[in-house]
Amino acid sequence: MSATALARAPFDRALWLVAPATLFMLALFIYPFVYGLALSFTPTQGGALENYRKFFTTDNLWPTIWTTLRLALPATLINVGLALPIAFMMRIKTRYQRWLTTILVVPITLGTVLIAEGMLTYFGPKGWLAQLLQLLHLYDGSIRLTHNYWGVLISLIISGFPFAFLLILSYITGIDPVLARAAATLGADPKAQFRHIYLPLLAPGLAMCFCLAFVQAFSVFPSAVLLGAPAGPTRVISIAAYEAAFEQYDYSLASAIAMIMGFVQLIIVAVVLGLRGLFYRGPVVGGKG
Amino acid sequence: MKHDFSELKLEGVTRRFAGAGGQAFAALNELTITIRRGEFIALLGPSGCGKSTALNCIAGLLPLSGGTIHLDEVRIDTLPPERRGFGMVFQNYALFPHMSVARNIGFGLRMRGVAASQIGPRVDKALKLVQLVGQEHKLPGQLSGGQQQRVAIARAIVIEPPLVLMDEPLSNLDAKLRLETRAEIRRIHRELGRSTIYVTHDQDEALSLADRIVVMKDGVVQQIATPLEVYAQPANLHVARFMGYRNVFELDVEGEEGDRVRLGGPGMRLTGTRKLPLSGRQATVAIRPEEVLLGEGPGGQNTIEGKVDNVEYCGRDSLIDLVTASGTLVHVRSAGVAQRGDTVRVHVPVERALIYPRD
Repeated sequence: MSATALARAPFDRALWLVAPATLFMLALFIYPFVYGLALSFTPTQGGALENYRKFFTTDNLWPTIWTTLRLALPATLINVGLALPIAFMMRIKTRYQRWLTTILVVPITLGTVLIAEGMLTYFGPKGWLAQLLQLLHLYDGSIRLTHNYWGVLISLIISGFPFAFLLILSYITGIDPVLARAAATLGADPKAQFRHIYLPLLAPGLAMCFCLAFVQAFSVFPSAVLLGAPAGPTRVISIAAYEAAFEQYDYSLASAIAMIMGFVQLIIVAVVLGLRGLFYRGPVVGGKG
Repeated sequence: MKHDFSELKLEGVTRRFAGAGGQAFAALNELTITIRRGEFIALLGPSGCGKSTALNCIAGLLPLSGGTIHLDEVRIDTLPPERRGFGMVFQNYALFPHMSVARNIGFGLRMRGVAASQIGPRVDKALKLVQLVGQEHKLPGQLSGGQQQRVAIARAIVIEPPLVLMDEPLSNLDAKLRLETRAEIRRIHRELGRSTIYVTHDQDEALSLADRIVVMKDGVVQQIATPLEVYAQPANLHVARFMGYRNVFELDVEGEEGDRVRLGGPGMRLTGTRKLPLSGRQATVAIRPEEVLLGEGPGGQNTIEGKVDNVEYCGRDSLIDLVTASGTLVHVRSAGVAQRGDTVRVHVPVERALIYPRD
C-alpha cells in the first residue's frame, strides 16, 4: 500500500474514532507540556532564560543530572543485561517456566514504597541480611546497603527487572526457533546461534527495552528519598524539581528542571534509537509460515 | 564431520513422545534402512506418519529414544546437529531474515571456518547452481517463494554435505513452480552425487524423484522399494490405498490356485493376484482406477456391470464413477467415452487386481 494510494482515498468517517484519544493527548500531555515549557521561560525575576542559567550555575542543581545518570544508566544496563540471558533460557516452554516467570515478575506488582520498606528491614544495618552474615561468620563488619547509592540502585533493579524481562521475553519468543535449528544444521553451536541469529534479530528490541527502562529509571523519586541519601549522593533531578516546586514554591524553576530532565532523556533515547537503525528491523521469521 | 561416505545406516531408530495422559507413543518405530552414497530416498506418508520425525532424528534436531545411526563406521546419533554436517532444507525455508542471500548461503562455510577468500567463489558457484545470480545482495524478504526456496537449497548444499535432508520443500510453492523446482532438485542431486533424503506426502513427488521410497504410516515403515515396485506391487493395503488404489472391495474367498484367488460378493465376481497370505474367509481386493478397462474381459472374466453415475472430464482421460446393481461404487479412469446414465461393462486384468487380507 503506497502513500499516494492512501492520499487519494476519500475521507474515512471512521477516523473520527481517534478524536477522543487525540483530545486526551492534547489535554493531558501536549497542553501541560506546552504550559510547563512556557512557564519555564517566565521566571519570577530576570530574563526568559534566567531559570536555565540558574540551573546550570547553581552547585546543588546542575550536578543532579550526573547523579541521576549515575543511577539510571547502570540500573538500566544491569536490568537489560540480566534480563537477556534469563529470558533467553526461558524461551523454551517447560513445566517450570510459568512458575519462574511468575516469581520473576512479582516485583512489578509491588509499589516502590513497598519495595523500599522491605529493603529497609532486610538490608539495613540491623536487617536480616546483616544478622545472617554475622551468624554465619561470613562478614562481621557493618553492612550499609540503605540510605546510600547502593540502596537506590538495588531498588531500581528490583522494580525495573521484571519490566525488562517481560519485554525481552516477548521479543525472544517472537523469533522463530526454526532459525536456530537451521543454523545448527549449518554448523553453528549454541553460542554461535545466539551470536549470529538471536542477538542481531533481538538488537532492535533490546534498544527499545533499554529506552523504556532508562526513562523509567531516570525519573526515580520515591526510592531515592526513602532508600537513598536525598541530601547528597542520591539527590536526583526529580528531587531538585520537587524542592523547587513544593519547598521554594518556584513553579517556574521547577518547570525548567522538568524540561531539562526531559531533554536529557530525549538525548539518550535518540542516541540508542539511532544505533538501532544500524540493525535489521524486519519480520523475524525465516520464510513462509 | 566428513565430506564423503559410502553408506548411512539407520538401525531400529525410534522416537517416542509423551502423549495425552502421560502415555508415551512412538512417532517413529524401529526404522531400519541403509542408504548408499548417491541415493535419493523419499520418505512418503500422510501427515503424522512419522516422516518428519525421522528426518529430524537424522539431522540431530530430535534425540532418539532408541536405535543407532552410523555414517560408515562412525556412530553419529549421539552428536549434536552442528557436528553431523548434514545440509537441511526446511519446509518454511528458515532463511535468516537479517542476512543477504549471499550471507545466508555463506553461513555454513563461515561456521566451518572456511577461509574468507574461499567463501566468495563457493557462494557464487552455489548461486549459479540454483540460478540466482544477481540476487545475492537482496534480503530474503525481498524474494519470491520460489527464489527463497532455492536460497534454502543453495545454503544446504554449499557446505558439500554427505547428506542433504529436505522436509517437504515444495509444499509452499504453486503447481507450476513445484514442477520446475522438482526437476531442479533432481538435477542438483545428480550434479552433487551425494545422498538426499526427501520427506513428502505427495506420491507424485516421491515417484518422480526417488531411487527408493520408504512408505510410512503411524510411525511404522510399510514398504521400502523402488518407485516402480511401490506403484505396481504395494506391500499391503495401506500402501495400496496411499498409492492411488481407490477401488477397495471386501469379498468372500471362493477358491485359491497358486497365487490366483477367486473372490465373490454381491454383484461382483473377481479373480485376482494374492500379495500376502490370506486368513479367514474374506479378503480385500485393491484396483487402481486406470487399470479398470472399458468393455468385457476375455470370456467374460472379471467383468463388472454398472450404471454411469458421474463423469469428470480431465483432458487426456475421464474419471467415471460406476454404480453396480448392488450399489457398489467403482472408480474408472479411461480415455473412453461414457455418458451419465449409460449402462457399461468394465473388466480388470487378473494380475492387476491385488488381493490382501482383510483389514
